[in-house]
Amino acid sequence: MKRSEEPAADGGTPEPTSPFQRVADEDVGSGQRFRQAVDLWLLAPARIIWSDWRARIGTLIILLFLAMGTVGPMVTREPSPNTGPRLLKPFENVQYLLGTDPKGQGILVSIVHATPPMLQMILGGAVFTIAVATVVGIVAGYKAGWTETVLMTITDIMMTIPGLPLIIVVAAIVRPESPFVVGVLISINAWAGLARAVRSQVLTLRNAPYVEASRTMGLGVPSILTRDVLPNLMPYILVNFVGAARGVIFGSVGLYFLGVLPFSNLNWGVMITRAYNSGALYSGRIRHWLFVPLFTVILLSFGLILFAQGCDRLFNPRVRARHSTTLDEEDVETEPEDGQVTATVDQP
Amino acid sequence: MTSTRYYTKRLGQSVVTVFAVVTLSFVLIRLMPGGPVDYLRAQYIQQNLSPEEVQEKIALYTNIRTDETILEQYVGYMTSLAQFDLGRSIFYDRSVSAILGEAIPWTVLYMSIALCLMFVIGVSLGAFMAYREGSYFDTLSTLTAIVANSVPYYIAAILLVYALGFELSVLPTSGRMNPDTVVGMNVQFVLGVFAHAALPVLSLVVTGFGGKAITMRGNAISELGEDYLRVARLRGLSERRIALRYVARNAILPMYTGMMISIGTMFGGSVILEMIFAYPGVGYYVFKSISARDYPLMMGGFILITVAVVIGVLIADLTYGKLDPRAGGESDEAF
Repeated sequence: MKRSEEPAADGGTPEPTSPFQRVADEDVGSGQRFRQAVDLWLLAPARIIWSDWRARIGTLIILLFLAMGTVGPMVTREPSPNTGPRLLKPFENVQYLLGTDPKGQGILVSIVHATPPMLQMILGGAVFTIAVATVVGIVAGYKAGWTETVLMTITDIMMTIPGLPLIIVVAAIVRPESPFVVGVLISINAWAGLARAVRSQVLTLRNAPYVEASRTMGLGVPSILTRDVLPNLMPYILVNFVGAARGVIFGSVGLYFLGVLPFSNLNWGVMITRAYNSGALYSGRIRHWLFVPLFTVILLSFGLILFAQGCDRLFNPRVRARHSTTLDEEDVETEPEDGQVTATVDQP
Repeated sequence: MTSTRYYTKRLGQSVVTVFAVVTLSFVLIRLMPGGPVDYLRAQYIQQNLSPEEVQEKIALYTNIRTDETILEQYVGYMTSLAQFDLGRSIFYDRSVSAILGEAIPWTVLYMSIALCLMFVIGVSLGAFMAYREGSYFDTLSTLTAIVANSVPYYIAAILLVYALGFELSVLPTSGRMNPDTVVGMNVQFVLGVFAHAALPVLSLVVTGFGGKAITMRGNAISELGEDYLRVARLRGLSERRIALRYVARNAILPMYTGMMISIGTMFGGSVILEMIFAYPGVGYYVFKSISARDYPLMMGGFILITVAVVIGVLIADLTYGKLDPRAGGESDEAF
């Protein structure tokens, strides 16, 4: 441990150790590195999210549905017809907490068992949306010229085509059954708006000093995109994942409601359709059969919006910076940058 | 000059979009294995028709002559569409353009009312929220907006039918006009039309204004912090002028992209909405065509809704060019 007595060449304070020794000062074992990674990538964001009431409630709602979709079917028995009393009202019987439908199936159990296919649909659709939008947006934003023109023209066309009729027409012909395929189908043109927004983000990032530095260092386009550009888009993409998820929920329930998709498995949309077509709206005896799945859809969608709103605000450096000095930061809102950056989803 | 180029570009894009959609509809009808043409052929063969008769029937309904080459079929299909011939509905056995041509004004009517109301309410509420940022009014409105935005429009429609149509019976829940009135420009008829459009409009506005308000609020808040406003105040401009000319205008402009997407999603939503309200517009016929497997009507509805959306977006685009001075030059960025 010999210390250098001479001042450093740049006139700064003398280094306590030589650079080589300093690395060995801290003994970072693999276990500690793992803990650091967990802290940096999981705990810190979680802590930030938890500090915002919107994101906190949203997270709780989403976790509830995740639990319903994973643990739920294991701890409850799959509903089968004629196993319980018919048309029991909600909150009358502990075993059938939300009542039963005309076939004597518990409504709560039906909702729980319909959650996994819904989560699969969301996963399929949201992953598809994010993947296509990110690739198209980044490539179009980073590569100028013909690539950009062609990609953006396709994006604009996809953005203009009204989604639902296109989905109906394709679904009526393809008649998909797998939840993943249904999810992808519903997102068939949902990626376009996000791709445009990603592109405009990339356009601003393209000229950032550190990207320029990477370019000067001679790094290739793929590594610049994956190392410099993509990490900056991640929070943004995450928020939009939630928006895409909501689009899939709205779309799938709507498609089942229209009767476009085959009633292959238990689904909230199927429950709503069956109840609606049995005249549940006009009959107090079966109304709960309709209203419970309706409010389930609203609750999940509410949770997703709250989560996205909270995250968007926390990830948005401009909003954070602007309100860092003010005392009241509880009611700061998201700041959309391209008209589409918002966490809210266009209705319908 | 540059603005002419901007308009030409937008117009060209609309034409390309319509072209792409029509081509897509051809691919779906003709080339999908087990798709409409195959389905129709199987139907007619079951009815013991001769191959020539089957071809004639298919050509009558879908504008596709299966005995020609694919390219000739495509050209023939496009030609008949260019002449506003959308084929023939199997279920109604009437020309698709006649059915839908009569239906589209009704859809456009309530959709444009809903779109205007949604934007006016959303933008003004958002602006008020931004000016009262942090107040109880702001918190309460934000929460209301989020809750309203979480409800799918068709669920709102069902709930509105239940509440306003069934429990209170203040508004009609089906049809598009009062059957007792004479069609024409008389008060009873117009009132009946608006009463029938009220629930569809309400379900779209109630679920849609929240998103617009939150976006507007965010835009306006970030505009309010800009330096040029300080300069404008120092110049002694009135608050009113600043609010309308500076804040509102700059906050609304980025929402135009959102509006273009809204036009598409709202018109697309007409299928579910018109089914719930039994409102015979374009969406209603698309819904009818699904269960009847009436592919010509379905494709016609799809094409017509797309064209309506393209025209709507084009109008929005051209007015945007008027509002935003930057749109003429750097059109690519300002979209």
